[in-house]
Amino acid sequence: MKNKNSQGAQECPSRCPDNSAFKQQKLPAWKPKLTAPSVLSSFFTIGVFCLLMGICIILSARSVKEIQINYSDICLSCSKLRENSSNWDKECNCSVHFTLQENMLGDVFMYYRLQNFYQNHRRYALSRSDAQLLGQDVNIENSNCAPFTTYPNGTPMAPCGAIANSMFNDSIQLSYHLNSYTAIQVPWLKSGNSWWSDKNVKFRNPTSYNLSSAFAGTTRPPYWQKPAYLLDEEDERNNGYINDDFIIWMRVSAFPTFRNLYRRLHHTNQFADGLPAGNYTFHITYNFPVTRLKGKKQVVLSTITWSGGSNLFLGIAYTVSGAVTVLAGFIITAIHLKLRKKKTYFQR
Amino acid sequence: MGCVNNRIKTSKYNILTFLPVNLFEQFQRVANAYFLFLLILQLIPEISSLSWFTTIVPLMVVFTITAVKDATDDCVSICSKLPLQSLQQSILQNEKWMNVKPGDVIKLENNTFVAADLLLLSSSEPHGLCYIETAELDGETNLKVRQALPVTSELGPDIRRLAEFDGVVVCEPPNNKLDKFTGVLFWKDNRYSLNNEKVLLRGCVLRNTDWCFGMVIFAGPDTKLMQNSGRTKFKRTSIDRLMNTLALWIFGFLVCMGIILAIGNSIWEHQVGAHFRIYLFWNEVVNSSVFSGFLTFWSYIIILNSVVPISLYVSVEVIRLGHSYFINWDRKMYCPQKDTPAEVRTTTLNEELGQIEYIFSDKTGTITQNIMTFNKCSINGKTYGKSVFINVLPKTVPVDFSFNPLADRKFQFYDHSLIESIKLGDAMVHEFFRLLSLCHTVMSEEKNAGELIYQVQSPDEGALVTAARNFGFIFKSRTPETITVEEMGKLVTYQLLAILDFNNIRKRMSVIVQTPDGQIKLYCKGADTILFERLHPSNEELMSLTSDHLEEFAGEGLRTLALAYKNLTEEHFKEWFKILQEANTSVDSRNDYLAAAYEEIEKDMMLLGATAIEDKLQEGVTETIASLSLANIKIWVLTGDKQETAMNIGYSCHMLTDTMNEIFIVASHTGMEVREELREYFALQALALEGDLENEFVEVACMCKTVICCRVTPLQKAQVVELVKKHRKAVTLAIGDGANDISMIKSAHIGIGISGEEGMQAVLASDYSFAQFRYLKRLLLVHGRWSYFRMCKFLCYFFYKNFAFTLVHFWFGFFCGFSAQTVYDQWFITLFNIVYASLPVLAMGLFDQDVNEQNSMDYAKLYEPGQLNLLFNKRKFFICIAHGLYTSFALFFIPYGAFYNTAGEDGKHIADYQSFAVTVATSLVIVVSVQIALDTSYWTAINRFFILGSIAVYFAILFTMHSDGIFVIFPNHFPFVGNARNSLSQISVWLVILLTTVVSVMPVITFQFLKEDLNPTLTDQVWLNLIMKQKPLQNYMRRVYRTNSRRSAYAFSHQEGFGELITSGKNIHISQYNYFILLKSGAFLKNC
Repeated sequence: MKNKNSQGAQECPSRCPDNSAFKQQKLPAWKPKLTAPSVLSSFFTIGVFCLLMGICIILSARSVKEIQINYSDICLSCSKLRENSSNWDKECNCSVHFTLQENMLGDVFMYYRLQNFYQNHRRYALSRSDAQLLGQDVNIENSNCAPFTTYPNGTPMAPCGAIANSMFNDSIQLSYHLNSYTAIQVPWLKSGNSWWSDKNVKFRNPTSYNLSSAFAGTTRPPYWQKPAYLLDEEDERNNGYINDDFIIWMRVSAFPTFRNLYRRLHHTNQFADGLPAGNYTFHITYNFPVTRLKGKKQVVLSTITWSGGSNLFLGIAYTVSGAVTVLAGFIITAIHLKLRKKKTYFQR
Repeated sequence: MGCVNNRIKTSKYNILTFLPVNLFEQFQRVANAYFLFLLILQLIPEISSLSWFTTIVPLMVVFTITAVKDATDDCVSICSKLPLQSLQQSILQNEKWMNVKPGDVIKLENNTFVAADLLLLSSSEPHGLCYIETAELDGETNLKVRQALPVTSELGPDIRRLAEFDGVVVCEPPNNKLDKFTGVLFWKDNRYSLNNEKVLLRGCVLRNTDWCFGMVIFAGPDTKLMQNSGRTKFKRTSIDRLMNTLALWIFGFLVCMGIILAIGNSIWEHQVGAHFRIYLFWNEVVNSSVFSGFLTFWSYIIILNSVVPISLYVSVEVIRLGHSYFINWDRKMYCPQKDTPAEVRTTTLNEELGQIEYIFSDKTGTITQNIMTFNKCSINGKTYGKSVFINVLPKTVPVDFSFNPLADRKFQFYDHSLIESIKLGDAMVHEFFRLLSLCHTVMSEEKNAGELIYQVQSPDEGALVTAARNFGFIFKSRTPETITVEEMGKLVTYQLLAILDFNNIRKRMSVIVQTPDGQIKLYCKGADTILFERLHPSNEELMSLTSDHLEEFAGEGLRTLALAYKNLTEEHFKEWFKILQEANTSVDSRNDYLAAAYEEIEKDMMLLGATAIEDKLQEGVTETIASLSLANIKIWVLTGDKQETAMNIGYSCHMLTDTMNEIFIVASHTGMEVREELREYFALQALALEGDLENEFVEVACMCKTVICCRVTPLQKAQVVELVKKHRKAVTLAIGDGANDISMIKSAHIGIGISGEEGMQAVLASDYSFAQFRYLKRLLLVHGRWSYFRMCKFLCYFFYKNFAFTLVHFWFGFFCGFSAQTVYDQWFITLFNIVYASLPVLAMGLFDQDVNEQNSMDYAKLYEPGQLNLLFNKRKFFICIAHGLYTSFALFFIPYGAFYNTAGEDGKHIADYQSFAVTVATSLVIVVSVQIALDTSYWTAINRFFILGSIAVYFAILFTMHSDGIFVIFPNHFPFVGNARNSLSQISVWLVILLTTVVSVMPVITFQFLKEDLNPTLTDQVWLNLIMKQKPLQNYMRRVYRTNSRRSAYAFSHQEGFGELITSGKNIHISQYNYFILLKSGAFLKNC
């Protein structure tokens, strides 16, 4: 081999190009081509796979138990009251009764669902300071938080920005009617609802000997009723910026209709297996105005499966794609067998 | 007379000016200026929908790559100028030739290029004569004579007197007429008129003259050669122009989308946004929905600008550069004899090589080698010499001429019977070679003993005399009265009684000599048709036999000459000589009298035989031309040479064949006559055409299978090319080797220079250069085809990719209040086009092959899609756009449907903005990777590495940017922390990505498969053949042999010779006509 190379070099004294596969464009290569067997088999394989997958997803999505209650419609008086922002300090409570026909077993999640709330609006989604939420001492005047940065007197808002300012602040409680006289509170978990990375990396309270001093020199956003360090007075590790409700709100949604996790069922006593069938009442402290922007609020109780929630779209989409692919496979087979021109080799 | 020095500036930059000049140039490009404008838009906070870095990073990358490329290009052009500029010529002191100014007196030596237009002052030859070869200038192969004024030729080599030469030349302004010069020399109170005969033009080569002195009249760009070379134009390919049009369309499309979304925004602000403002408080900034719409328009222009991809132009440049390197590196286009590889001098034209419809070729030096060889002969009814096609066999041993010490070593002959006949002393054969050694106007020079040098005027004559020399009839020397020949070792001196010189009408020349034993003989050689009329009736039988041989020779494309002799009695000669002298002394119509006198003696001759000279074609010319014709490329030969020679070459390279039953020659001198002839032709075709002459010419010419234009000046060559470009809108290629081809090379879409010979001028003006004409086949059918194929595939994919990438924002606009919110992370937008999706498509654009090189060459028909512009055109573009649109639709709406009002498998977030962005981005990367995988038909290791690598790099960068560490350092720039980990661990996200991929890709496979299955292109068929391992039933490469030969009696590549010069030392006039010959094929008639 070496000998051969040196001979080649002798033949080509100076300016002769190298005889390498790369330079001569002769790199070894795999030359795939769409042939009838490979195309058809891939069509049928993919089609059948999608079809099966679709059916599985549909079945699992249908096993999800879900209850949605539109309380912005039911609690009309509260909705009306909140349309006028001057009533911000008036409290408004609302109760919603409903009956659970079947047991909701396993993990049960309570969501609030907003419709027509444009969390994905560019100016809205931009209006935050991640550095501030990381507990860093930053000058939020230079951040994207405008116009929710400082009050006219110069006190900075903590947290700043439109997202934080508009945080969902209804409180929802559920009571279970054991019988027509006695009702017990359904126990919910307030923390552990957000992503680990958000809770532990993305959001951090400013460091100080206690939380209220950490927030000293700042003040709450204008729409808030209480400062950030009072979001959860019971649990130090769920307070301030690392409050789960706050964290979840700060993760803006992709679409104007979205659901955010509010509470998880705490499996104790009667609720060890889930929510038993029966009568329930939501007790809602109605603070968050939506009707002015033609929005709706819902409270959702839902179980989950491996494929997520009760959304049937994915399952149907898979089924349809699978069916279409299989059908296309048949059509292509038919065309291939019947209609194709005779393969003629090189007539001029 | 302005003082212009001889330098011709070509390089653009130097080290200092590079950066500013290059940046300025780059910003002059509309595309770059547009991106700068976008950058400025992004700095306005009310509008900025993307961070500044999304534009600046790609822009910097693009600028850097372009700058590096420009720098290397310029470097190459500087380097390639060096050999020219460093050429030295000895002026009285040595001076670089670029420093020569008008008025300088310079000395030229034998075989050097004339560096400027010179007035010849004196030379080494008697009478101030000097010989020049003008092949570089007009393609003519014969030597021309120039003579200095007698007063100046006296100066001789006396440097002192030459230095004192103080004549003043008043002449015409610089112009491009090569055959005309008028001027006056004022010197020592006398005036001498000057004409073309006193002038040496730049580009000529001094031959057979040891030295000469000349005064520079024009230098540098003023020289006639440079005046002829036309303007250098910036060449762009048709794909370039299409791309610019498409860029404008896309820009229009972008504006339309912007307007739609802006209107949407105005409506949304009015209906919904007005209520939502309590959460935004931005009514301070935007108080009217119309103004908001206006701002949104600009924001969307920024977001959607990636449909006009910033990296398109630079990627195209990189691909072209890569293709150029492949051409440079191609060993099959490397000529080992000349040690010259192919060279790409303009790197931006490669794909146009795949679209050529017309080739304009020079003849001399390009198609032919400009070497004449004595190939065959017919002596007394017997042929000698082997066929050109057979003698290529390696086992044929050439005749050994070692018995002859004066033989020319380069001469080869393949028939031993001839040498046998000579040795046996066959009288006719001896007479044949005696004629060849006597009847010519060659001058000889014996430098050292045994080293004989012939100064020939036409290479044909040289070939004949050399043949005689090798066969033992050695022409040794001549004086005006004698010719000395060494005949079979015996020195014989003949008295030269008269030379009856050649001219175009006579088509023959004769000498009358007296042998030492007193016999007077007339030897005549000439075109057979002319000669046969003047034979003695007794030659009837021999004539018909010879005539058959001549036909055979002509059939092989050889140049033929018939030879005859006549014995004269002394009385007869003396009688005739009186007539001749009378004719010579007559004042008016001397030429007519002379012709009549010649006619008188040249009759009743005895036929000796015929010679066949091969005007040696370059290697592989015939096959190349045949392949290129099969590829539907029309080849026109444009030459400055004479009609006869041009047609002869047409036959020998099979451009003209006997099946072409109608050869149509236009040979008129005035416009009106030409028009008449063209009209006549149209009448034949029953076609009535109005319009100007140009149009008619092009119409006729383009109908022809073969067109040969002769007697064209360099500028006319360019005009012909321009004509075809203008009227046919076809892609043209010009190939040539000499300075006379520069204008044509410059004006054609692609100019090719034949390199490796002495002249570099054509190469310097060319876009590509290589050493042999036959490489043209490989350049076009392999490299050109691949380049075009790759570029089209690249463009299709590129537009598809960018539309799929960008239009997702458009769909998202309807769900985010038209607020110009992006779907993807800003970093993804920054990196998508330059990192994630650039290398696989670049690899495809560089390495893809649909069929291998052998098949590309074998099936020349594969070249046709390029000519018809099938692989990338407006229709294809719209298909790509539709494909991109569909993909973007799937990319957006499948995740939208899946994530609408739902939660993840752990009940937590899945439909948040950031997860959605990651899902769509991942889907996009996977979909475009699968698509490129489908599009790639030639998977080299590099392709595999790039495709898989891009996906790997995407995930690597994704996880890095979403990692804790980078977030803590720059919390405001990397807010996606933890997103990749959370989203991509969800099954439903992967289900969405999978479904998106299937939905985006399956229809494409369906269409592609059905197209190939139902309507297979030639490429598909070639593929199928390869798979079936079948030999093609019919090879497209058919060897073309001429079966039924036709007589081509146009033989002499000859002008009026030196005959008169030899006897009188006076000079002669050369007239030049300009006309075109068109040759019409019969095949076409049938097709009509």
